[in-house]
Amino acid sequence: MAVVSKRSRSDGPVSTGGLDEAVLRGMYRAMLLTRSIEERGHSLYRQGRIPGSFYTGRGNEAAAVGVAWAMAAQDVGAPTQRDLGVHIVRGMAPWRIIAQYLGRTGGPTRGRDGNVHLGDMGIGTLTMVSHLPAMLPVAVGCALAFRVRNEPRVALGWFGDGGSARGDAHEAMNFAGVRRLPVVFVLDNNGYAYSTPAHLEYGVTHLAERAAAYGFPGQIVDGTDVVAVYRAAHAAIERARGGGGPTLLELVTMRMEGHAVHDDAFYVPAEVLAAWRERDPLALLRARLLSAGGDFDEAADEALRMEVAREVDVAVELAMASEWPDPATLEDGVYR
Amino acid sequence: MAAGARDGGPDYDDDSEGPVAVRTYLEAISDGLREEMRRDDRVFVIGEDVGVYGGAFKVTKGFQEEFGEWRVIDAPLAETAIVGACTGAALMGLRPVAEMQFADFISCCWDHLVTIAAKQHWRTGASVPIVVRCPSGGGFSGGPFHSQNPESSFAHIPGLKIVCPSTPADAKGLLIQSIRDENPVLYFEHKHLYRRIKDEVPEGDIAVPFGVARVAAAGDDITVVTWGAMVHTACAAAVRAGEEHDISVEVIDLRTIMPWDREAVLAAVARTGKALVLHEDTRTAGFGAEIAATIAEEVFENLDAPVVRLTAPDTPVPFSPPLEQRFIPQVDDVLAAVHKLYAY
Repeated sequence: MAVVSKRSRSDGPVSTGGLDEAVLRGMYRAMLLTRSIEERGHSLYRQGRIPGSFYTGRGNEAAAVGVAWAMAAQDVGAPTQRDLGVHIVRGMAPWRIIAQYLGRTGGPTRGRDGNVHLGDMGIGTLTMVSHLPAMLPVAVGCALAFRVRNEPRVALGWFGDGGSARGDAHEAMNFAGVRRLPVVFVLDNNGYAYSTPAHLEYGVTHLAERAAAYGFPGQIVDGTDVVAVYRAAHAAIERARGGGGPTLLELVTMRMEGHAVHDDAFYVPAEVLAAWRERDPLALLRARLLSAGGDFDEAADEALRMEVAREVDVAVELAMASEWPDPATLEDGVYR
Repeated sequence: MAAGARDGGPDYDDDSEGPVAVRTYLEAISDGLREEMRRDDRVFVIGEDVGVYGGAFKVTKGFQEEFGEWRVIDAPLAETAIVGACTGAALMGLRPVAEMQFADFISCCWDHLVTIAAKQHWRTGASVPIVVRCPSGGGFSGGPFHSQNPESSFAHIPGLKIVCPSTPADAKGLLIQSIRDENPVLYFEHKHLYRRIKDEVPEGDIAVPFGVARVAAAGDDITVVTWGAMVHTACAAAVRAGEEHDISVEVIDLRTIMPWDREAVLAAVARTGKALVLHEDTRTAGFGAEIAATIAEEVFENLDAPVVRLTAPDTPVPFSPPLEQRFIPQVDDVLAAVHKLYAY
């Protein structure tokens, strides 16, 4: 029987949650790198260097990094445009991410697709499409393959509160529930689908309740708390690996910017934006690390920020040096 | 209906002269699928009622007993999940063969074919080797939702391959090739041929290459270009044109429309100077328009008459027999078009 846990939001800095401080610092670095790349991307976009549009996951870094940290090397996942942290944790080089933004051959899609449509089968990430949540049935198919071959692997499918309204989400979760497939559904609920607030997207109180309809557990997790996210994701992933079937994780998270950089999010009430700023997942984790009593202090934080900034500088340089795609190659690879 | 009008020429690259068996079109599909599943344990079948029941048309009858329930998977009634899951399984190294209960239901998984499977290799370099079997076509009062021929819609999508066998041997050989192809393949099997067409099928491994047309009937005056069940309609018309009117009609069976054998069609039309493009799908923006345009672009100087298209009209497929007979091109309709071209 599916169980929906009480929503638990921590009220400020807490302990390391039993995780080794080195692990927390690793998560913090990944979250910092995620935000830094997106901030740099944002300014490159404003300079006119990035074609098309530009999307960030500001406010979603803990959700993305926490889940990815819980994945095993052999697991696969299909993240969305708010989950750059997943690609970072899985090991995609920052310069390739920026080359993707710029439409250069160094990006994983070699200029053929843009934005955060990142993926690399070699590190277990599937390239999303814009039709959210169309990658959920694909993630279920990965899990089906693992089940058919009896491999100890788990697939993860990401979607959002907006994507939850579409039939793909239902069909994917229903099929996964019927066959008890090793898949974890990760729902980044940031309260807004573009400009449409959650109450116009779904009629239940919490989307995690829907899991009961598919015969597996749903859990609501504070998506700004990387430790809580990691723990919930780890439990769900290992349960799936052990034959326990799917889980729906509803990560209550935030979208601290508009849907894309052209959107100033005027429709989000000022008090919501203010509350979100108070819950900035990077600030929360920083405070947690500073209060943990280890050797992470203000100076260490500053040094880490400098290190990450330099890493992004180098990444931008490498990405800028990456070649534009040759127009003569346009028709290559439509078929293999 | 004329079965096995294969008096025209070589069919297969495969030059083996091994044993043959007389099989129906339906049995040939089953044979190809079963043999490929025995040869390659990455191949699995998924669809509605394909397991215990053996498929709505019994193509997979007995498969679950032989291969087990994880290689012959009864899926929920959810075409989006079926095709989406095939894409995921293919990306993880398996070779899925999905069955649409009717080709008409493929509309429910448009996104998964067009948005994901078709574009994934071009975008990411990861190929999606899936086969979607689509029982298509009318002629038995299936009505608007059990009779359609949606191949032209998908031929428009870069990244998909479209297969439309007309004979038992091709039904088997093209299915084997579809499973081995590295790309998403839509395999349109014409329901009206399932048990009506019976012919010799080579036993064993007889993959038929894509994009190689077959001369279904030899002729010199007019070239008919077609595929699927219309091959049989065209061949019947060709026999009557010859016997009753002394008009020599050549019938080219495209076998696959993406890729399609442009060279064979252009060479044939250049020789006869008159082309009739025939299909069971509706007219506007049907694949026949692509063929007609290509003929006009490439061999205009060789034409002795404008290209003629004979297709279903631009309506849904009707239910009642007199309406359906009007909808689907009949032998008499082909004969009338042949006369029109011959007299030009």
